[in-house]
Amino acid sequence: MSKNLRFKSSKLLDETYRISFKFNNKIYYGYKGDTLASALLANDVHLVGRSFKYHRPRGIMTAGSEEPNAIIQLHDNTSRTEPNVRATEIEIYEGLVASSQNCWPSVNFDIGGINNILSPVLPAGFYYKTFMWPKNFWEKYEYFIRKSAGLGKSPKEADPDIYEHKYIHCDVLIIGAGISGVIAAKMAAKNGLKTLLVDEKSFLGGSTTYDNSEFSKINNQIASSWLEKEVNEISKLENLEIKTRTSVAAFHGYNFLLARENLTDHLPINQRKNKIRHRLLKIRAKKVISATGAIERPLIFDNNDRPGILLSSAIKKYIDLYGVACGENIILFTNNDTAYETAISMTQRGIKVNAIIDNREQVDSKLSYEVEKNNIRIFKGYTVVDTYGYKRINGLSIMKLSKDGQKVIGEKIKLSCDSLGVSGGWTPSVHLFTQSGGKLKFREEDQVFIPSKYPSDQLCIGSCNGDFTIEEITANTILSIKKFLNIKNTNYKTLEIMTGINKSKRNIWLLPSDKILGKTKSFVDYQNDATAKDIKLALREGFRSIEHVKRYTTTGMGTDQGKLGNMHALGIISETAGTKMGEHGTTTFRPPYTPLTFGTIVGRNVGKFFDIIRRTPIHDWHVINNAKFENVGQWKRAWYYPKENENMHQAVQRESKAARDCAGILDASTLGKIDIQGTDASEFLNRVYTNAWSKLAIGKCRYGLMLNEDGMVYDDGVTTRLDENHYIMTTTTGGAANVLGKLEDYLQTEWPELDVYLSSVTDHYATISVCGPHSKKIVSKVIPNLDFSDEKFPHMSFKNAKIGEIKCRVMRISFTGEQSYEINIQSNYGKSVWEKCMEAGKNFDITPYGTETMHLLRAEKGFIIVGQDTDATMTPIDLQMDWIVSKKKYDFIGKRSLYRSDTIKEDRKQLVGLLTENPEEVLEEGAQIVTDIKKSPIEMLGHVTSSYYSPNLNKSIALGVVKGGKKMLGQKLIIPMENKNINVTVADPVFLDKEGKRLNAKL
Amino acid sequence: MFLINCPFCGEREQSEFKAGGEAHIERPKQPTELSDDEWAEFLFMRKNIKGVQFERWNHAHGCRKWFNIARDTSNDQIKAVYKMGEKPPVK
Amino acid sequence: MKNKYSIFSLIKNAFSYHENWEKAWKDPEPKKQYDAIIVGGGGHGLATAYYLAKKHNMKNIAVVEKGWIGGGNTGRNTTIIRSNYLWDASASLYDHALKIWEGLSQELNYNVMFSQRGVMNLAHNLQDVRDLKRRTHANRLNGIDAVYLNTEEVKKFCPIINTSQDIRYPVLGGTLQRRAGTARHDAVAWGYARGADEMGVDIIQNCEVKGIKRNGDKVEGIETTKGFIKTKKIGVVAAGHSSVIANMVGLKLPLESKPLQALVSEPVKPIIDTVVMSNAVHAYVSQSDKGELVIGAGTDDYISYSQKGSHDIVEGTLNAILELYPIFSRMRMLRQWGGIVDICPDASPIISKTSVKGLYFNCGWGTGGFKATPGSGDLFAHTIANDEPHKLNAAFNLNRFVSGDLVDEHGAAAVAH
Repeated sequence: MSKNLRFKSSKLLDETYRISFKFNNKIYYGYKGDTLASALLANDVHLVGRSFKYHRPRGIMTAGSEEPNAIIQLHDNTSRTEPNVRATEIEIYEGLVASSQNCWPSVNFDIGGINNILSPVLPAGFYYKTFMWPKNFWEKYEYFIRKSAGLGKSPKEADPDIYEHKYIHCDVLIIGAGISGVIAAKMAAKNGLKTLLVDEKSFLGGSTTYDNSEFSKINNQIASSWLEKEVNEISKLENLEIKTRTSVAAFHGYNFLLARENLTDHLPINQRKNKIRHRLLKIRAKKVISATGAIERPLIFDNNDRPGILLSSAIKKYIDLYGVACGENIILFTNNDTAYETAISMTQRGIKVNAIIDNREQVDSKLSYEVEKNNIRIFKGYTVVDTYGYKRINGLSIMKLSKDGQKVIGEKIKLSCDSLGVSGGWTPSVHLFTQSGGKLKFREEDQVFIPSKYPSDQLCIGSCNGDFTIEEITANTILSIKKFLNIKNTNYKTLEIMTGINKSKRNIWLLPSDKILGKTKSFVDYQNDATAKDIKLALREGFRSIEHVKRYTTTGMGTDQGKLGNMHALGIISETAGTKMGEHGTTTFRPPYTPLTFGTIVGRNVGKFFDIIRRTPIHDWHVINNAKFENVGQWKRAWYYPKENENMHQAVQRESKAARDCAGILDASTLGKIDIQGTDASEFLNRVYTNAWSKLAIGKCRYGLMLNEDGMVYDDGVTTRLDENHYIMTTTTGGAANVLGKLEDYLQTEWPELDVYLSSVTDHYATISVCGPHSKKIVSKVIPNLDFSDEKFPHMSFKNAKIGEIKCRVMRISFTGEQSYEINIQSNYGKSVWEKCMEAGKNFDITPYGTETMHLLRAEKGFIIVGQDTDATMTPIDLQMDWIVSKKKYDFIGKRSLYRSDTIKEDRKQLVGLLTENPEEVLEEGAQIVTDIKKSPIEMLGHVTSSYYSPNLNKSIALGVVKGGKKMLGQKLIIPMENKNINVTVADPVFLDKEGKRLNAKL
Repeated sequence: MFLINCPFCGEREQSEFKAGGEAHIERPKQPTELSDDEWAEFLFMRKNIKGVQFERWNHAHGCRKWFNIARDTSNDQIKAVYKMGEKPPVK
Repeated sequence: MKNKYSIFSLIKNAFSYHENWEKAWKDPEPKKQYDAIIVGGGGHGLATAYYLAKKHNMKNIAVVEKGWIGGGNTGRNTTIIRSNYLWDASASLYDHALKIWEGLSQELNYNVMFSQRGVMNLAHNLQDVRDLKRRTHANRLNGIDAVYLNTEEVKKFCPIINTSQDIRYPVLGGTLQRRAGTARHDAVAWGYARGADEMGVDIIQNCEVKGIKRNGDKVEGIETTKGFIKTKKIGVVAAGHSSVIANMVGLKLPLESKPLQALVSEPVKPIIDTVVMSNAVHAYVSQSDKGELVIGAGTDDYISYSQKGSHDIVEGTLNAILELYPIFSRMRMLRQWGGIVDICPDASPIISKTSVKGLYFNCGWGTGGFKATPGSGDLFAHTIANDEPHKLNAAFNLNRFVSGDLVDEHGAAAVAH
């Protein structure tokens, strides 16, 4: 049946460039410039897919992004496969492979077609009323429902293509390069405004590009020729950037818009490598002009969905732009003059127009006279009542409309055809306008919603503003642009327009039929198979708001988002309910205007660019020395350093023992560091920490605990007084940014009277911690000119020093309980100092240890880790850290909250040590703690927060929080695991060296 | 994404800023004198206004300064921007 | 009973071309007076009215709704239902709801399509692992069916997740609650509305509350766009707008209303048959029966009633989706939208009496209220009918913000959705 319906060259196509492509495994040919739809139609292929619910055969219906039916799977079973691609949008390229969706085994014979036969019991919302018996069987029904739902298939492989983002700032953004957009662009750019013009098509000019009729002229030239010159002219304008194949997806507040620039989808696959596929434009425009055009409305009648039924404007576009006839015996069905333009285009090319069925009784315009002159039958005051043909329309019947348009009367006349063009008038494309928050008003005379109130500095022009003739479009565009852009002079003032169109229209939302409604299938939403009777059923069942009806019937929920049918749904609702249009709301158009690929939205931020990686200055050394890493926030921290065949446990046991027996070295560079200066720095610390800071001597260090205003522990760390008015604060690795933010907040908003300045210096310093009984000897070798004697340099103090010529700060502080020194040096020297320490420690078996060993060592000492041993429900009192909460200070952040009725309770969860009955048994962190396993429901007293096997104590140790734990020392508790109960005893959380002798231990 | 006119840096994308909630809730000078109820009022209770709300913002990815804005929370339109310590503009 | 829904009634009605179906609910004008009025016709409000009528024999009641029922967060959420919460109070609250979900379609004779396809929460760092294990242990002891999965088990349960250990934040494990899943959000509102209507509850749409009349410390009625309606008990279930109602009587609530966004892809054949949530790589995804990927984003940090959030949030969410599911890169976003969620400082709800007699609030569900709908309605009905909370919602009182006895679910790092 492969006919050639290509009859004449068109300026869009390159007929020297023939392209072969595959559709449903068959090879076809088209030309460069064809869409998949135009190329298929040229080969007389109309049947493209199956509908969502009833699996009815469906063909190409439109010639643009509003297409509901002709959606296909591209390159099935490859990494570039894509579901639900509109055949009307995609340009063909050599090697394109497309296949029909939602059908099995094939689009010609689809088992799912049985749903069409069952349709009487599948009205709108049938699934809410059934599948409830037997109970718990829903998932079994659902399995089959899910299988039959869906349209195309998700890709199964990673995407080989790349995407990117680009920010654009402009004075004026113009969306749509039809005649009004082109005029606007010229006016804006010529007046010195930085202008961006975008259009979703590959060419500029919109539908005027192929408006070749004698009946529409501008300044006495055929409209298309006039526009061609204009397009050529604006292409050379300096201030104007033009982007084709660029579709605006979203129009957000403050004139922020997202557009997708399609760069490679029209190229053969082998030419796409290493090229960017889509570019997401993030546009911030001072002014936005929407010239988004209008979409032709279909008509709603019985069986209005058969392959071969297209919008009349689409038929015209395929003829005039692509040189393709949609059939050889075409009927047009209309309620306005648009179809007559199509008829004239067809007769000009010698294509047979069998008849025009017109809802209107009176038809008189230059266009209709021309049509009548060509001996085309016009059935005035008639409507189509049914169509025939399963996989392609082959005929239809018509009847006369009653005067009120509510009934059909008289004889039924049958006509044959192989294609039907329908025109129900035009719907302005106000999607982007309403997305931006714009409000619409309803225009009674031609039943359209048009822009009324603009929420930002923007303007709608052309047919999206409700101007449908070139006369109105050009005149109103020029006038409103002058005002909007404050332009005094323009060379457009002398435009002379000639048009043959008469604006009369007879709008009937649901055309009457000789059958009762229940026996018809008049589709409102083609893709989702929502019919007029479904909408009426919803109303009958009490759904009134458009949002209810939409959700109940799924009207407008398809991949076309109801671009064709939403207006009819509204019309049928208001007719049925007897209310005014708009009274039940207009559905909210939600972004994006056309579906937007996830990859496009994400851009380059995939894979290794997903999130930044923060590495310490010593990172490379860790890598070379076989460290395993742990993610802590965005940081990579050395977790442990396995030797040869060691597993993690063995490595950590070795490292932990070495740190206590000889020497250990830790990269602590990730800890947050905040430089605090100012005459009120001490007072500031007094207010943010729970303990007192005024009396801390210069050169001394102190541990501090910071609370939230609700009294819960927020962060901790050691702060050192470097000078009278100068401190350096350390924070946890994960908390650094938040702590700085919080401190700035208090400083700027609550205590502006304080003279304090904060600066993050986390990245400025590398921090190397050397601990263990040999630590002093090692650091003395690295910094020979510093007196490390206990008298001169005691625990919790600090010294300025130099390594070579490089200044550094040395703190004697300890998170392990061992004698320990922390060298802070300018980041870029970090690795070299680390290596010096390793060299100096060689003879003392210095052992690098990671975060896991650090955690183990501090747990032996009962030191907490904020975020692990605490969650946002622990006060310092709960942590048994009463000693750090100053009783004398009048106030500090969170103090008041510690005295609320719940926080003063004595049986809150409190931090304790836990020892297992079997010293070899290591508890699971997160395990719950109970007293009585027989009680039901079982009462959970708390949970294990930290747990390790201590090689230094040769037993398992754990920290946990337990309700009333403070008073439970020595008490036996149970850890109920899935398969066993573990007995534990509550212990002091300090397991090792309670007296702190090791801080000064010498070997 | 709205634009905020930082009083120190000029107009910037909202994504550079961090919201700090309702403005002009002063931290009590003498928290210990307050009842639990009064303290809770400061800590948690908010007007959460639909309409023009005075609120705190921080130019977190810019100058790190805190300031106030008056914004209509029903449509995110910003009516005024003013520095910390300044009186809110009259509606 | 009105005409009962079943396959048989569908077949029967097919013969009359479905022209004889009754209204699922009437559309009455308000009476002068009710025994109780529920403000807010979302799922929670309609469920409250349903249980007031059904379990507490209060038939002279009304639900007043500013717009159309189910049009707020009920119709805007990602429909996830689970009960694997950390704290005892939360776990019993949400599991109470989950148990009602399990028989809800039959109870309402309305298919709410509760599908127990499981909910998986992923761990991406060592603290996630600790937190999820802690939660799993607590769940087990609370009788909630949660299990911990290692990375291989995660992969086995949902093969399309990228579990490569070379990605930025590799999957280290996860938890699975098999009884959890999704339901059809609209159906929940409509099913409860139909059930409540049948018992005589007036569901009044397009009726906005403009004021609350009080006499001393008692309520007397509500001013609405359809006039004054007298009542002694007002249950406010207005989600994002709770503070607006509270401000009418001079009450302040510990709430902030923020934008929360979600999106769906175009529909495709089944590709993921469970719900996967991730906190550290912030994204959650499931697939609707229609075939759309349903993807939830996070909240913006500012207060807004505009039902619009910032694009950055959507971009960040899809970032995370592609990190975990690189195969979705060529899928397309079909629709995105926003809702207004009322968030408590402790990420737990309030179902409570107030200092005004006869005024009750059910709010603060934040980003995760849908799952609680039946339980929330049941417990709120109990609270209103008895003027005191049920033991399951006793912990969720307003006084906890004064005493400090919070139920801190986000502090406990559980995914707050």
